[in-house]
Amino acid sequence: MHTYIDKIREIASRLLKEEAVEMVIGYQEGTLPMISPPMSVRSAEDVEKLTWSSHCCINLANYLTDIKGKVAVFAKGCDCRSIVNHIAEGKVKREDVVIIGVPCNGMMERRTISNIFGDEIEEVVEEADGTVIVRGKGREEKYQKSDILRQCCRVCVHKNPVLYDELVADPVAIPEDIQRYKEVEKIEAREIDKRWKFFENLISTCIRCYACRDACPTCYCPTCFVDEAQPQWVGKGDDEPDVMTFHILRAFHTAGRCTDCGACVSACPMGINMRAFTKKLEKDCLDLWDWEAGLTSDMRPALETFTPSDPEDNFK
Amino acid sequence: MRILQIDKKDWSAGLEKSRKDYTLMGPVKEGNNVSKFKELAAGEEPDFSITTTTMSPKSVVFPQSEVMFTFTTDSASADCNIMKVPEKSYSPRAVIGIRPFDAVAMKIVKMNFDTPDYQDPYWCDAYAACTFIGLAITDPEACDFSTSTGTGPFDTSGLDVLLVDAGDYYLAEVVTDKGDSWIQSASFDQEADAESVEILHSMRKEAKKKIESTVEFANIDKKETLDLYNEKYWDSISFPCLNCGTCTYVCPTCWCFDIQDEMAHKNGRRMKNWDSCMFPNFTIHTTGHNPRNTKLMRVRQRFMHKLKYHQSKYNMGIMCVGCGRCVTSCPVNIDIREVCKQMNS
Repeated sequence: MHTYIDKIREIASRLLKEEAVEMVIGYQEGTLPMISPPMSVRSAEDVEKLTWSSHCCINLANYLTDIKGKVAVFAKGCDCRSIVNHIAEGKVKREDVVIIGVPCNGMMERRTISNIFGDEIEEVVEEADGTVIVRGKGREEKYQKSDILRQCCRVCVHKNPVLYDELVADPVAIPEDIQRYKEVEKIEAREIDKRWKFFENLISTCIRCYACRDACPTCYCPTCFVDEAQPQWVGKGDDEPDVMTFHILRAFHTAGRCTDCGACVSACPMGINMRAFTKKLEKDCLDLWDWEAGLTSDMRPALETFTPSDPEDNFK
Repeated sequence: MRILQIDKKDWSAGLEKSRKDYTLMGPVKEGNNVSKFKELAAGEEPDFSITTTTMSPKSVVFPQSEVMFTFTTDSASADCNIMKVPEKSYSPRAVIGIRPFDAVAMKIVKMNFDTPDYQDPYWCDAYAACTFIGLAITDPEACDFSTSTGTGPFDTSGLDVLLVDAGDYYLAEVVTDKGDSWIQSASFDQEADAESVEILHSMRKEAKKKIESTVEFANIDKKETLDLYNEKYWDSISFPCLNCGTCTYVCPTCWCFDIQDEMAHKNGRRMKNWDSCMFPNFTIHTTGHNPRNTKLMRVRQRFMHKLKYHQSKYNMGIMCVGCGRCVTSCPVNIDIREVCKQMNS
């Protein structure tokens, strides 16, 4: 981790000193354990504030949308794919962004670890061998990082940046035995009524703060459909059908574009796993059109294009 | 007023007894380890293991969505275009286990909904129906900075009764007549002895000492509004902000709402829904012009309102009770304590 931080600061400092970019977007230390919030740095003197940790859960591609001027951004595999998606969709010009790829071994979420630990957490120490020591008031627990990673990171097969100007470290190994769609298959296996019930339960605590949407790089519509007044597509109260409409429609808007970065889940103050919607769409895009979001900027995302050879099984 | 001692084995029976006069509301856990205040079903008890609920109890009197009126636009109906207040119950409700800072927050919200010139009937009626049976905080969380906002872990100023968990029993400090009525309804009648009263006082001192997190805001009041408004630091504070509504929705003192009409064919209802100054839609005009059209402006507005404008307007401190919810829930860790420090420096 320290070598990552040193390298991150060195690159940021160089780019700013050379005036190659006006701003560097990275992560800073948080005021609480287990959170590294995004930050921007505009002068070389401030690069010491940049950091890296296993809690960089927010996708920095989100901060590039329609940005003016030349910027550098630190990007994990998923962030990088979101940037590629941005380029494909014209939200970012490749020449305006310096992508500093950060090979990633997965991130851990404050909420998940707090739930596992049970008490308030005062300190978290990550050992080089993958042991994570969590300390609370008069208590300490040890976990294996691989056991407490975010769900999206556990099934990630794109840990390494796909498009970059330079890399912070050598690419990391991708385990071969990853079962990417185990969670989805479990939901698919449910009977239709139970599946619906599952989704109803999933969103039952939603407060419509829209943190999921606002943390999502693909959710950049100037006016989101839930904010439209004329026509009003969806009610703004807490009625379950309105809340469900928001989640299902948002998920469909991200189909073929979502990189499963997990920022939506990490941002949710109620701990809702809205990836249960998006991961299924990711699987369908792969099954139907052999499409994975953010691997190339030369093609339009799956639901934005068609070819005569497309299968028709999805039209029912 | 008097202080009572309630044996924990008598607690459930007392609660149940009070149901004949009161609807009970209290903190409960839901999925994913999140918690909020809701009506307690028969046999359901408030969960006192939760110190700070994920969602504040403001929803007890100010629900996230509330129907204000129903109407029909059917010209064949005699009620065509007549707004009707739906039937609502404002029978007594006892809010069991509300934390002292959250009860103080209710009083802050009252300044908005219950003014000499205007009274929001929905809020005022719901508030009047409530008896706040508070639970003292004996083990404050790390982000609790309530002592510096003028309240604290044992503050009784917003409460009708303060319960203190003293091991095998609760001590109940009766603060108001309203509180006494609930105590009588629950048939709790054992007066605390002098020793127990002493325990209560020492626990109060202990709990206050445990709070390490503080804020200072005296200088903010002295500073010129425009100087604060034009500060450079708003850029770095607002940069990570996602402009989601989390901070405002979990906040016990945020009172903003939006009014929306929902129609199904010719029948409609007028809703009062929580709104958030973090949303661009909050300020957009019908012309399309938005006076707060950047993230920086919205973030600045929230902190200026909480920490500057409220002090200037009411001279009653900041519009924050120090519960720490926005600190722990913000997806990008925008920490009001840090912002306050910068504004106060």
